Order: sequence, then C-alpha cells, then structure tokens
Amino acid sequence: MGMPARTQGLKSTEGEGVSRRTVLRNGGRAAAGGFLLGLLTWLHARSAQALPAWALRPPGALPEPRFLGACTRCGLCVRACPYDTLILALPGTEVPLGTPFFRARGIPCEMCPDIPCVKACPTGALDHGLTEIDKSRMGLALITDQETCLAFLGMRCEVCYQVCPLSGKAITLEMRSNLRSGKHALFLPIVHSDHCTGCGKCEKACPLEKAAIRILPSDLVKGQIGEHYRLGWVEKAKKGGSLIPELIQLPVRRPGDGP
Amino acid sequence: MKTYPGDDALRLKGRLLGRKWLLLRRLSQLLVMTAFWSGPWWGVWIAKGNLSSSLLLDTVPMTDVLTFLQVLASGIRPEAQAVWGFAGAVGVYALLGGRTFCAWACPVNPVTDAAAWLRGRLGIGRVLSLPRWSRYVVLAVALALAALTGSQAWELINPMSAVHRGLIFGMGLGWWMVLALFLFDLLLAKEGWCGRLCPNGAAYSLLSPVALVRVEAHRREACDDCMDCFLVCPEPQVIAPALKSGPEGSPMIRGWQCTHCGRCIDVCSKDVYRFSWTLANGSKVAS
Ligand code: SF4
Ligand code: SF4
Ligand code: SF4
Ligand code: SF4
Repeated sequence: MGMPARTQGLKSTEGEGVSRRTVLRNGGRAAAGGFLLGLLTWLHARSAQALPAWALRPPGALPEPRFLGACTRCGLCVRACPYDTLILALPGTEVPLGTPFFRARGIPCEMCPDIPCVKACPTGALDHGLTEIDKSRMGLALITDQETCLAFLGMRCEVCYQVCPLSGKAITLEMRSNLRSGKHALFLPIVHSDHCTGCGKCEKACPLEKAAIRILPSDLVKGQIGEHYRLGWVEKAKKGGSLIPELIQLPVRRPGDGP
Repeated sequence: MKTYPGDDALRLKGRLLGRKWLLLRRLSQLLVMTAFWSGPWWGVWIAKGNLSSSLLLDTVPMTDVLTFLQVLASGIRPEAQAVWGFAGAVGVYALLGGRTFCAWACPVNPVTDAAAWLRGRLGIGRVLSLPRWSRYVVLAVALALAALTGSQAWELINPMSAVHRGLIFGMGLGWWMVLALFLFDLLLAKEGWCGRLCPNGAAYSLLSPVALVRVEAHRREACDDCMDCFLVCPEPQVIAPALKSGPEGSPMIRGWQCTHCGRCIDVCSKDVYRFSWTLANGSKVAS
C-alpha cells in the first residue's frame, strides 16, 4: 500500500525490489529515531508535567498523573463554565500544555450545584462520579501568612469567612484574646480540611495586596499523624467512656497539708 | 517566462476552475474553524471544544483518533461521550478516506501547503530526507509514551493539536510553533511535517483502506507525462499505481496517504482525474 515510499516519481511503489538490506537499515533507523524522539519527549515531559501550586484543576479532576492521561485538552469544561473560571494552558506557560486550570486570584470556582464542567468532560478526566460539588477537592485553603492577615493583626476582617460558600464549616472564626492590646478579642479564620473544597473564593476576596489565605494542593500542605497515634479524647468519644479502667487514684496533697 | 505545475490547467480552465478543489478545500478549512469560532465570537454554538474532542450542535460528539488512542494507552477507561466521539470520527473518515481530515479539516494544512508552494517557487532543494513511514514511528512513540508514563506526554509537544486549540482558545507562544512548522517544511524537509512526521495524520491514514470516496485516474490514457500532478501532490508516491499500472491495474488512487486534496484534478490539463465513489467490489459511480 502506501508504505515504502522512498521511491518517488513514476516508479511503482508496490514494494517490489525492496531488498532485505533496505528493510534492515530502515528498521534500524526507525528504532533509533523513535527511541531518540521518545527519550526527548519523555525528558521534556518530566519537567513540563508538574502542575505549579497556584494552578488549580477544575472540580472532580483525577489525581494529577491520571488526569494528564485522561484529559484531551478539548476545553469543553471551559465552555461549560458559566463564570469563565477555567482556562486552557497556553504554550510557554508553566501549566502542562492545553490542560484546564484556574487561579484563585483570577476567577475562582463558584461551586455550581449542577457541576456543568464535570458533565461536559467527554473522557471522565473530571470524574463523573462527583455529583455533589461540596465533595470536590480542588485544593485546600490555608492562612499562609499570619503576619499580614488582618484578623491575626486584631482587625475585624473575616472577609474570607464571609465569602466562603461553606462558611461555618470550611472556615470558622475562633475567638482568642488579643495579647497585644490586652483588652480586645481576635476573631481568627480557621480552615477545616474536611469541608474546604478549594474553590478559591476566600483567596480571591482577601483584601490584602497579596492574599494571606491561599489555596494549595492538599498533599503539599496537609499534615498526617502517624498511623499508630490515637487521640485519647477521640477514642473515648467513640467508645462512649474511658478505654482503661480508672486504676490510678493518687491522693490529693496541698502544701501545708502535712505528712 | 518560468512555468509552474498547473499553469497549463489554469490557462485552459480559467483562474477559478483551475483551482476548484483548492478553493473548496480552503473554504472547508475555514468553515471548520468558523464552526468553532462562532460560539465564542457571536454566541452561536455550532461546534464546541476543539479537534481533539468536540461537541457538534450540543449533541454529536467527535474525538480525534490519536487523542482517543492516547487516552486508552494511558490506561484510562473513558466515558461514553469520548467513545461515541471516536466511533463517529472513525465512521466519517473511514467513509471519506482517512487523510481527508488532513486536507479538508486540519488547520495545519494551509501552513504546510504554503511552505510547499514557496519551496517550489524558490526552488529549495531537500536538506533532510526523512522516509515517509517515519510518521508511523512517531505514532508508535506517542502511544508508547502514553502507555509508559500513564499520561499523554506527546500532547506536550504535538503542534497539530496545539495549533487548532490555540486558534480557538488563544495562541500565546503557539505562533512560534506555527512558524517552526512552516520553516521546517520550507527549509529542511519537503512535505516534512504532514507528509512524513505527523502522527495524527498517520492514525487517520489507517482508516484509508475502506474509503468510499477516492480520486480516480479515469482518463489515464490521455496523460501526456507532463508530471504536474506528481509535482503538486503532497504524497506523490500514491499516484503511479493508479496512473501507470497499465490497462489491467485499477485507476483508483488507493494509497493510504492520499489526502483527497484534489490538487491533481486541478492541475491536470488533460482532465485525467476525478473524484469517484468506490464500492467494496470495485464498481464505481462517477461524480
Ligand atoms: S463548578 Fe461551576 S464555577 Fe466551578 S469550574 Fe465548574 S462550572 Fe465553573
Ligand atoms: S472537558 Fe475534560 S477532557 Fe476536556 S479539557 Fe476539560 S478536563 Fe480535559
Ligand atoms: S477555598 Fe476558601 S472559600 Fe472555598 S471552601 Fe475552602 S475555605 Fe471556603
Ligand atoms: S480575608 Fe485575608 S486578611 Fe481577612 S481574615 Fe481572611 S485571610 Fe485574613
């Protein structure tokens, strides 16, 4: 058919007269060329496939290596988003070429209840199993700078708390006393990873020149307690009472009680 | 005065009819792009997405053959929409001829065509000689990378998908890719990208054997060996088997790499070629 095409012009290309040597030589060239191309692409891929921490994937995105296998770079999610949140990465940027992402400080995700971006994804790179937007995990919010966060400085800011779609669950305010003034209260925003979706609304709304709260990849910032650790109060609550018999009863002695 | 392939045909058929298929093809390429542009530009959504995966009129999915194969090779089980889109693309291009995609839809074609045209006018010789089957090596490499890394590593450098995506979603530095393709074809390798390297075209070429539409050298006895068709054809190796196979051989151009561009029809002053329908048993109906 169309293959041994190095003979051009009027000669027939039906394959007659292709010697064994030519076949071997061509095979060697193909293998060498293919190997070189594969190696170069692979080397490039190793650096060009890492997602920068500021680039957030759409809701339901598969974990990163699998996402890059499944996403066709088609932009149907981009088209489906009513808020123009999502962007396809341009050549020459740090995000893997052509893949969809958003910046929290750009247009954050508005957490549509019907998740149109996920429904539009033809391959399932955005997991169609995600049906409740509150379960999405695009990243994790974190007060990255207590030195500039207005709430930590003692002002009533709390903008992040106010704009959070899951306010009261993903961000709560905790009252502490202001040791600097000695008489005021601090209302500190605290993020809870079991509810934060990483939508980015808090980072977008933070009134500082550069946000003191940032959405970061969860595995970059989330701690993990050792497998063998047990939190006594948790275990106690689970069991509904102390796990050990209350054995040790030390006598209470105060100074001056005498021997 | 210098003459170029097709000059005789232009004189005989006129400036428009002597370029009939070329103009129709440019129109088709423009329509494909407009279908994707009309949504973001005027809010009329004919096609959404890009050639890697798209949705026509919000109902019919299409998925590029190489894209789909890379998804599979990455070990992903795609959702139904991508599977139907792949089936649709395979169906359309199996009927029309696999590489009909290259000549009639792909946005890279005008770039490499322009390079080929300029190369002819400037008389640039060949520097790099890449065998035409290199494209299958690139195809194998793209799929092997997906299988080995679990991600579509080839898509980080694939200029074909980047150009189409860029035209719709923003080019950025992608214009340098276009320029690089143009210069590669102009200075380094004749028909270098589309004719020797592009794995998307290689994947579509695999659908060629069953095509219902083909170019036929139906008046090959009128051929006066002017060679114009060989000079304009982007895959000239496909012509001889149809044109020069003697009265016994089929006059149908059956080479997998024929892009159905119809340039040979345009430039032939003896009207040797035409588009034909071929049916499986070899019978044919003139168009
Ligand atoms: S959930 Fe809504 S706002 Fe968020 S990315 Fe998807 S479509 Fe856009
Ligand atoms: S819709 Fe899915 S496949 Fe298309 S760009 Fe978005 S995530 Fe990728
Ligand atoms: S990212 Fe911010 S706004 Fe969004 S859920 Fe998490 S804490 Fe709330
Ligand atoms: S919006 Fe910014 S400054 Fe205000 S409390 Fe939240 S993190 Fe602090």
